[in-house]
Amino acid sequence: MSQSPFILQEQQFLKIRSVLERVRVECAARVVFLVDRDGQTIAFNGDIGDMDTTSFSSLAAGNVAATTSMARLIGENVFPAVVHEGENESIFISVIGRSLLVVVFDGRSTLGLVKLRAKRASFDIAAILDEMIRESQLIAASAKPAFADITDEDIDSLFS
Amino acid sequence: MTFINYASREINCKIVYYGPGLCGKTTNLQHIFDSTAPQAKGKLISLATETDRTLFFDFMPLELGTVRGFKTRFHLYTVPGQVYYDASRKLILKGVDGVVFVADSQEERMDANVESLYNLEDNLQTQGYDLNQLPYVLQLNKRDLPNVIPMHDLTHELQKKGEPVFEAVAKDGTGVFDTLKAVAKQVLTELRKT
Ligand SMILES: Nc1nc2c(ncn2[C@@H]2O[C@H](COP(=O)(O)OP(=O)(O)O)[C@@H](O)[C@H]2O)c(=O)[nH]1
Ligand SMILES: [Mg+2]
Repeated sequence: MSQSPFILQEQQFLKIRSVLERVRVECAARVVFLVDRDGQTIAFNGDIGDMDTTSFSSLAAGNVAATTSMARLIGENVFPAVVHEGENESIFISVIGRSLLVVVFDGRSTLGLVKLRAKRASFDIAAILDEMIRESQLIAASAKPAFADITDEDIDSLFS
Repeated sequence: MTFINYASREINCKIVYYGPGLCGKTTNLQHIFDSTAPQAKGKLISLATETDRTLFFDFMPLELGTVRGFKTRFHLYTVPGQVYYDASRKLILKGVDGVVFVADSQEERMDANVESLYNLEDNLQTQGYDLNQLPYVLQLNKRDLPNVIPMHDLTHELQKKGEPVFEAVAKDGTGVFDTLKAVAKQVLTELRKT
């Protein structure tokens, strides 16, 4: 069987988003994401314009997966942060347990500031994620799974 | 790992197309991309080399519709087929919810199919999965070519556990959606249990 699903409740989503908003404001960043290490967007805050956020998250996760493997090859366990500095826009990614905090920023901010604020926020995010994982497991272990009553017709209707 | 978001009311699942180099994995995704309405898909991203070989993965998000008020989004990935990209393949299998094995039906690719299938089982195990317990579909691709092995023989060689088997010509789209539906259906059915 595949692993039990990762469940995000409304309440935790709102908490995460407010942490992301705080980070964005404190670092004068353009947009801040929280991404699952498998590449799913958990939440974001800021100006995404017409950015393809689904692809962005998937690539951020692929990026960290690749650099983590590179770390192992040289005897490091993980690179806790990954930075890409562009001419105008830059990306800072910090690994927090099974999630990634991704900050997109430009010349209004600095890497030093982003690192500092991201580090502070990482404790809050870790706490919310722990709660989320605990609750996911509770739901998974409960007698009634999240989608116990999906019918074959429900599934078939997706393909009609 | 399926990700259920109650705030945005979305179910996100990850499906990986696996198989030997040049068997038609990218072509499957390309066909799905070309035949899907713009509002249901994101970009098709290919991390490819200059010679068009998949280097890391191809990726495309696909929205199928809603189940019980939840938008279902499938994240479709392909892996690079060449032997030396094994590290990339392992990474892409992380968090997988369902696998499509695309076999190349040509006689001369039989060894490559077997090797790739073996590699899939191996890499799944490394990530803590068991192929026998995972939503899984076998696609026999390139049925249009003259030198293909008969379906019955290929199935006999490659079928692992009674999984659905589809003949396909990914180049013109034949069998591509049947394959996707079969694996998506198994993934969603899993949600009933968990
Ligand atoms: N004749 C034929 N060629 C195919 C078919 N599917 C894919 N191809 C071709 O096989 C080559 C490799 O396909 P590609 O999707 O890049 O393989 P991948 O390495 O598995 O991603 C391309 O030239 C495709 O056009 C098919 O069903 N029939
Ligand atoms: Mg390819």
